Amino acid sequence: MTELIILVLGVSVLLYVLLGGADFGAGMVELFTGRKSILTISKAIAPVWEANHIWIILAIVILFNGFPRVYTTITTYLHIPLLFLLIGITVRGTAFTFRYYDIKDQTQWYYTALFRISSIVTPLFLGVVLGAVMMGRIYTNPEAGFYELFIYPWLNFFTFLTGIFVCLLFAWLAATYLIGETKDEEENRVFTQINILLFISLFVTGAGIFIIAEYYEIFLFNKFSQSPIGLISVAMATFLIPLFWYGVKIKNALISRITAGAITTFVFLGWFAVQFPVMVYLKNGLHLTINNTKAPDATLYFLIYALGIGIFIILPAFAYLFNVFKFKKDTSVLNE
Amino acid sequence: MDDLLAARSQMAVSFIFHIVFACIGIAMPWLMFVAEWKWLKTGKAVYLDMAKSWSKGVAIFFAVGAVSGTLLSFELGLLWPGFMEHAGAIIGMPFSWEGTAFFLEAIALGIFLYGWNRVNKWVHLGSGLVVGLAGVTSGIFVIAANAWMNNPSGFDWVDGKAINIDPFKAMFNRGWFQQALHMTLAAFAATSFAVAGVHALLLLRKKYTEFHFNAIKIALTFGAVAAFLLPISGDISAKHVAKYQPAKLAAMESLFETSKPASLVIGGYPDEENRNVRYAIEIPNLLSYLAHGDFNAEVTGLDQFDKSVWPPVVLVHISFQIMVLFGILMLIAGIIHFYFQFKKIDIRNRKWWLKTLVILMPVGFIALQAGWMVTELGRQPWVIYGIMKTKDAVTPMPGIQFSFFLISLIYTFLSFVVIWLLKRQIKLLHENYDKKNLNRTL
Repeated sequence: MTELIILVLGVSVLLYVLLGGADFGAGMVELFTGRKSILTISKAIAPVWEANHIWIILAIVILFNGFPRVYTTITTYLHIPLLFLLIGITVRGTAFTFRYYDIKDQTQWYYTALFRISSIVTPLFLGVVLGAVMMGRIYTNPEAGFYELFIYPWLNFFTFLTGIFVCLLFAWLAATYLIGETKDEEENRVFTQINILLFISLFVTGAGIFIIAEYYEIFLFNKFSQSPIGLISVAMATFLIPLFWYGVKIKNALISRITAGAITTFVFLGWFAVQFPVMVYLKNGLHLTINNTKAPDATLYFLIYALGIGIFIILPAFAYLFNVFKFKKDTSVLNE
Repeated sequence: MDDLLAARSQMAVSFIFHIVFACIGIAMPWLMFVAEWKWLKTGKAVYLDMAKSWSKGVAIFFAVGAVSGTLLSFELGLLWPGFMEHAGAIIGMPFSWEGTAFFLEAIALGIFLYGWNRVNKWVHLGSGLVVGLAGVTSGIFVIAANAWMNNPSGFDWVDGKAINIDPFKAMFNRGWFQQALHMTLAAFAATSFAVAGVHALLLLRKKYTEFHFNAIKIALTFGAVAAFLLPISGDISAKHVAKYQPAKLAAMESLFETSKPASLVIGGYPDEENRNVRYAIEIPNLLSYLAHGDFNAEVTGLDQFDKSVWPPVVLVHISFQIMVLFGILMLIAGIIHFYFQFKKIDIRNRKWWLKTLVILMPVGFIALQAGWMVTELGRQPWVIYGIMKTKDAVTPMPGIQFSFFLISLIYTFLSFVVIWLLKRQIKLLHENYDKKNLNRTL
């Protein structure tokens, strides 16, 4: 039962990355494409972004309901990066919506600036939190000072490199999805070029994380080589890369989107397999695991039922939403 | 400002901000549904324009509500990890239900706002209905958590820990029904009067009058019905509080001494030092009757509690008076509205009424915020009533003054932007629709 909840948690975070992540990515892609693609990007995101971002709320609820100590540990010691993350989420959502609906005059520039900056800030600090959770620099000793408790766990090159990786991942996903959001050949060519640039940067950053992890004694090479699922995930992600580029080359949006999603899924799965069953690494070695933080059985029992019913209701509705906006004929969404 | 006060203030600011948008998200979809349904039924273009114009406003408000809600779900842990560590496993379930309802709402809203030309008109109408139902449902679920804080159940508290957790009992606590009922009605009243006020203001400017006139009619009908039902739900809630949270009721009423019978105190300024109320109107026996249904019943006063566990009497009492006063104003307005409807009086000729509606614009929301002050401040010093004190729940991280300042700044700025944006939307509306003939049928 616990494993089932962890599975749902994992899927929720993954869906946030694949869907919500792309929303942030689109803001970053806009930095490259400039004003020309604002319309395409806005039309692509507008109907689906609010639904996409609920996956993170679902993940948070599963955490504080099913594994409360994980939630409170992260929110206590990683308070500062989380605060930046949340400000990013707030500014991005409002800037995007205001830009979309307001009169198209000089104010658009302000909305655009805020939208793009917050589109970078949010994934950056999401990655920082993720890195901090992996690093094991969180002190839980109340005697420790402000710096040890609330700054040290997250202010370093590893966490920020992880943050940059997350930014690039989101941007790459967005660049992939955007190919095929419009019939304009020129725009698609631009998106493809950006995609290439982002993919190479992503790959290099990913490699960089493995290397810098050694310096910070996280030993990712070691962990992956000892995990069968970790190795398979890396292998699968690698094998899918040529298929992804094939999809881009023949301009088949379906292939490129699905393979990009699959590559991301395997990267995520690899990380998950290597981390499991630890949820948060602590300085004192008494890491927070799934088993030592889980809520009592009664709570988990009701949680899994609530999730089951929720999924039963939501997934078809979600599929319908995407069907309406991504597969049906576009008859000018923006004129409303 | 110490860390506890900063944390409480930040949470308060976050809730005060979020709840306005959440209420709009709960009630507006129903107004839009009625407008769209009237369009499909009568074919009059004014109703289609109404549904579409309202949906623009709703899209903006919904987005702000969504992000401020996300912030709150994290703030529960950022500010109150001591609370969440224990409460998470007990009362987390309503949040998962709220999340499911909210998810459905966001999906349906996507279809409603952006799918006008992509789905069949009945599917579109249906999506509007789903938004309304899901919005109300998510509000009801999240209230279960607050009701639990006031009426803890579904666990035993032993040696500073919760054991024998029963999430079902926790969620279906004895306070849920009355809190959910009162809040849902309040959301409708607050939103409806705000909408009516905005349209009354625009009607006074004599632009696009057919549109604004019909908008007021729809909004005020919802508002009036809610305003009639609120005193009933309020009475249910007050009786509940009298029984289960007597200290809160005593603070609401500034009842320092246990009294049999007890007088109802109207207005007045409580003096905690001297344990009396100044400048108040007192109606004998009425509090006994309202609280317990018996004109001679004994009502528990603050004297039964150690001063260290008194809620802040002045704030709770004054908030309560404001809430009731504004509730009564909405009730009177509701009566006038139905009178005009019954007598088929054209309110376009009643300038004084339109001006009154403009003045009443914020009244529902002020009452709503005041009501939340009553219940939240009235629950102090407890975060879980009778079990955990608020001061024991706060984060150990110092410097919360900084995040309080930052969040307040952002939300203040956002509030101004939203109002400014709304003004510009109205300008857009008038520019686009002054040219159209609104009696046309489609």
